Amino acid sequence: MGKIIFVEHDNTEHVTEFEAGTTLMQVAVDNAVPGIDGDCGGECACGTCHMIVADEWFGKTGAIGDAEEQMLSMTPERAKTSRLGCQVKTTEAIDGITVHLPEFQM
Amino acid sequence: MTTSEKKTTVIVGGGHAAGALMTTLLQKKYQHEVVLVGEEPHPPYQRPPLSKNYLAGEVEQASLYLKPRAVYEKAGQQLRLGVRVEQIDRDNKTIRLSDQSTLKYDQLVLATGSHVRRLRAPGSDLQGIHYLHDIADTDALREKLVPGTRLVIVGGGYIGLEVAASAIKKGVNVTVLEAADRLMQRVTGPEMSAFFYAKHIAAGVDVRLNTAVTGFEAGDQGRVAGVTLADGGTVPADIVLVSIGVIPETALAEAAGLPCDDGIVVDEFTRTGDPDILAIGDCTRHRNLFFEKMQRLESVANAVDQARTAAATLMGEEKPYDSAPWFWSNQYDVRLQMVGLSQNHDQRVLRGSTEDKEFAVFYLREGCVIAVDAVNLPVAFMVGKQLVQHRKSVSAEALSDPGADLKALV
Repeated sequence: MGKIIFVEHDNTEHVTEFEAGTTLMQVAVDNAVPGIDGDCGGECACGTCHMIVADEWFGKTGAIGDAEEQMLSMTPERAKTSRLGCQVKTTEAIDGITVHLPEFQM
Repeated sequence: MTTSEKKTTVIVGGGHAAGALMTTLLQKKYQHEVVLVGEEPHPPYQRPPLSKNYLAGEVEQASLYLKPRAVYEKAGQQLRLGVRVEQIDRDNKTIRLSDQSTLKYDQLVLATGSHVRRLRAPGSDLQGIHYLHDIADTDALREKLVPGTRLVIVGGGYIGLEVAASAIKKGVNVTVLEAADRLMQRVTGPEMSAFFYAKHIAAGVDVRLNTAVTGFEAGDQGRVAGVTLADGGTVPADIVLVSIGVIPETALAEAAGLPCDDGIVVDEFTRTGDPDILAIGDCTRHRNLFFEKMQRLESVANAVDQARTAAATLMGEEKPYDSAPWFWSNQYDVRLQMVGLSQNHDQRVLRGSTEDKEFAVFYLREGCVIAVDAVNLPVAFMVGKQLVQHRKSVSAEALSDPGADLKALV
């Protein structure tokens, strides 16, 4: 129903399609985008789906929960618009979003 | 690359390690043929939710899949599902499948996982005695979890306790029988065991420690009616779940003459005794440079980390496995995150109190943090990951003082 643009650390772009109701992490994993591990499957348990949302889109990704904030607080390469991809639901509001991937996951 | 140079890598097994290997090979743009042979009818899926939200009926089966099947196929990877590998012929570099076909390999990756440890005792073949290892097991158990049913769980480890938490939510009467004097004895320290004991008791689970099982009592029509105990008592049961661990699946490897020792023996590059055969995940006894001795680990993190190591090995890069293992469990409102192995600790430091909603236990050996168990305290897990990986020496006071910033320790 919409698209998400993942940009790897080396600037390689992956334009992906998504359905509403999944997560940014799952879309990246389904498309084998390098740089997103998502090891725990979306439980907010591992911190391996760190993404940096393009500034102008950040406000549309919803609120950061307490567990996510604690995980992010120790993530190297954390930026102002960092999220864990498993905690961002895909909705119509983020159709066209650009998301940057860090060089490493935890 | 011409067709004649194209080689075939066959992955035996369809679990988390196999799925992570398929994904890593896709991400790294591996140029050779990849064929996965899996006995279950499903593409690789997440097993952890089986005892948690999938058993509770909160998530759909398709959401367990690491990826939809079509994603692999669109990328040119083959999945042969519902087929078992019967034999490995190392001389001819072929495998024989249960549908009588043979498959040629250039490189073979064994990701055969584990199977449940069965309780051999009088009455163990009665109807109504369940094990939980795959989707089919979970579906069968879930339909029995109706309000008022008496479920007796043999074994108070992760799986047993996660099932207890899921079942009690559904109005099932749950009893957990544990032979040791505390829960999760194999994987955690006494503070955490006591904390989970209190949680389960408060939720209404009848937890009995120091309770060894001797067998099962028959009811009508070959169905189980109770679990018999070493002290002579019986616990009435409508259904039973036996969750007493797993055994690495090594039969194929052993028959092929590969070195095994309670697990297929592999080095830090996931190589077996045959240079063309790798092995990854639960089925391995492996070298991880992080540890001094060989390890066998039943965990998602080990499966994916070894899968990534194997992908590098297949592509001619040498990237030894050297990361600290980590684990997680969800029971009730508790998010337990763990890193490292605590067994050889000589000191435990509690941060916060087990009476609180959030706390952590740090396990030290000779002053270095070797493991952390964090309850609803993800920051302690994340800090712990770095302390454990780098074998940081940290003062017990800094770890235990809730006023001291944990992040400053890294």
